[in-house]
Amino acid sequence: MFLDAWRYAASHPQAFWTALGVHVLLSAAALAIAAGIAIPGALAAHRRPAWSAWVTNGANIGRTLPSLAVLALVMPLLGTGFAPSLFALTLLALPPIVQNTLAGLRSVDPDVVDAARGMGMAQREILRRVEMPIALPAVFAGLRTAAVQVVSGAVLAAFIGGGGLGDFITAGIAMMALPQLLVGAIPVTLLALGVDYAFGAAQRRLTPAGLRTP
Amino acid sequence: MILLERVRKRFAGASAPAVDDVSLEVARGEICVLIGPSGCGKTTTMRMINRMIEPDGGRILVDGRDIAQADPVELRRGIGYVIQQVGLFPHQTIAENIATVPRLLGWAPARIAQRVAALLALVHMDPARDGRRYPRALSGGQKQRIGVARALAADPPVLLMDEPFGALDPLTRAALQDEFLRLLRELSKTIVFVTHDIDEALKLGTRIAVMRAGRVLQYDTPARLLAQPADAFVESFVGGDRALKRLGLMTAGAHARALHLPEHARRVAADTPLRDALSLLLDDAAALAVTDAQGRVIGGLSLETIRAALAPPGA
Amino acid sequence: MSWVARNWDQIALALMQHVGISLAALAIAFVIALPIGVWAARNARVEAAAIAIAGFLYTIPTLAFLALLIPLVGLGPANAIIAMVAFSLVVLIRNIATGIRQVPAEVVDSARGMGMAARQILWRVELPLALPLIVAGLRIAAVTVISVSVVAAYVNAGGLGTLIFNGIATDHPPKIWSGALAACALAIAVDASLSALERRMRRERSL
Repeated sequence: MFLDAWRYAASHPQAFWTALGVHVLLSAAALAIAAGIAIPGALAAHRRPAWSAWVTNGANIGRTLPSLAVLALVMPLLGTGFAPSLFALTLLALPPIVQNTLAGLRSVDPDVVDAARGMGMAQREILRRVEMPIALPAVFAGLRTAAVQVVSGAVLAAFIGGGGLGDFITAGIAMMALPQLLVGAIPVTLLALGVDYAFGAAQRRLTPAGLRTP
Repeated sequence: MILLERVRKRFAGASAPAVDDVSLEVARGEICVLIGPSGCGKTTTMRMINRMIEPDGGRILVDGRDIAQADPVELRRGIGYVIQQVGLFPHQTIAENIATVPRLLGWAPARIAQRVAALLALVHMDPARDGRRYPRALSGGQKQRIGVARALAADPPVLLMDEPFGALDPLTRAALQDEFLRLLRELSKTIVFVTHDIDEALKLGTRIAVMRAGRVLQYDTPARLLAQPADAFVESFVGGDRALKRLGLMTAGAHARALHLPEHARRVAADTPLRDALSLLLDDAAALAVTDAQGRVIGGLSLETIRAALAPPGA
Repeated sequence: MSWVARNWDQIALALMQHVGISLAALAIAFVIALPIGVWAARNARVEAAAIAIAGFLYTIPTLAFLALLIPLVGLGPANAIIAMVAFSLVVLIRNIATGIRQVPAEVVDSARGMGMAARQILWRVELPLALPLIVAGLRIAAVTVISVSVVAAYVNAGGLGTLIFNGIATDHPPKIWSGALAACALAIAVDASLSALERRMRRERSL
């Protein structure tokens, strides 16, 4: 069975590599854009308690929305294809990054920040030398969750014409063709596991020595 | 060295001012203790000196300069700051923590390393072994020692300390207070120290400011505070055992009198506090023989002489 | 919107299917997770292993998982339920284990001192006190399960996803909207009510 799948992929190299490439591109771009919005956003919300409630609630609600529903809602508005998929996936990636970044920032002991201010650190220095290093592991936890969610969501992008490995899976199901199905399912699973492992390792590496659980 | 002129602060939404027309002067090398009940404004007052809180009115001068004209961040780098919970950076080693302000000031790495080692030794820790450790490996007492070392790192002339020993158990607190006093004998610093513990204030303070509801009720030396409390509140604040506390500040040698002493009178050293002498007399002695450092008897103490020591001069 | 009014029954049916399959999956997942969670609370190695395995399952992309089950169980609700149970395990096990471990040691100690047997302590002391965290886990699992069952429509499991897929296939936006919005509304409603339950439980236990 797996041999059939391998043979299928071998005989359709163009389609496979394109699909894989699109999948990776879609995922990476969505993650990068989401991080670029979510991390500064969480920072701003942390500074302004008035915004904090809105942002937290928004992220909480966003986190509960079914991925496919979000993708489907985008379609009547933006059509099908790569861009709408990217838009939807970026939206899906925002909540976990926001939630985890906020949690990380909140975990910084206020006494530590008070001491830093009292010693003569400017706001930017406090952020760079104290808050971010302590919050970084949490930020990466958020990126890890978002990354896996995006890789998984990108599979569903097949339904709105986004391309990616989901095409093989849907085609395989539609035609009851197992090899084709596996050509989609197995690589994307490996991709998700790989991304999860990579971010997990990064998170561990970036945890400051003083904060590591012994 | 530090001058507060008619300083005021009212927080938004508060019915009464937190700090109400406070004027204080702290001379160079003095320890000014701010003490009072919760909410009296002592911490707020202290935090206005390094502009962690901005005053609503009045002036504050440090070393002759109006701090309102200075850049707050620059100002704080020149003032040591120690808080009750210490606030060590958990993600940095102890050495890195201590090096914080020197690094902000751009000192050369070699100079910083030297300074860190010197400070660790000053607070009785091992530079080689302890510098590399992380705050979570330290006990409460050790953490606060590092907190003080960190505040002293750039050798600021002024230190602000907000109940620094408050979170420690009584034994550790006493040990750190003694160590701190010894430290200050070697260094010359001007210190503003906030506490709610009257015994700590009497032990450490050159002068004590008793505060209530944002105002300073009395600003005096420990001896005068105990002997002549300004009003009923101050009197009850310093405690019902005021006389005993006063005796704690007086030494046997300073108040020994020429007495007829029995053959085997109990001997006490000249630096014994009168309070301890009183305790010995009450226990079962008619008189005590006070000896100097060489062991020679320089005078005697009895219950009457101790009572006389408490009497106002000229009585 | 008139389409919605005319086809109210279609939406309602899909919603009921969705809720039904989600509840079934959640119940099964909980029954499996509970003993594992209790064991994991007592044994760190078991916990590490259980979390590793369940976490691995959780990372597999939804549609891939459903697709990989087809050769084994074919199409239909069973396929979907297996996937939903697999995805819910990690959060349930972790929350049950943590919840039990967070019960203050002195409470368990006094229970034992009063002569309670281990099983009684578990059911009368530990689990009741662990309830807020367990409900938190159920909340996350419920939202996960609802999300999976939207996709599961593609493998003939029914539910609100059928409206979405149908709507895409026939290029009929109202269908897409109704399916997607209903799924979102369901998820938000479930999350909000379990959240409220969790908060109340915390208050009652003054945690």
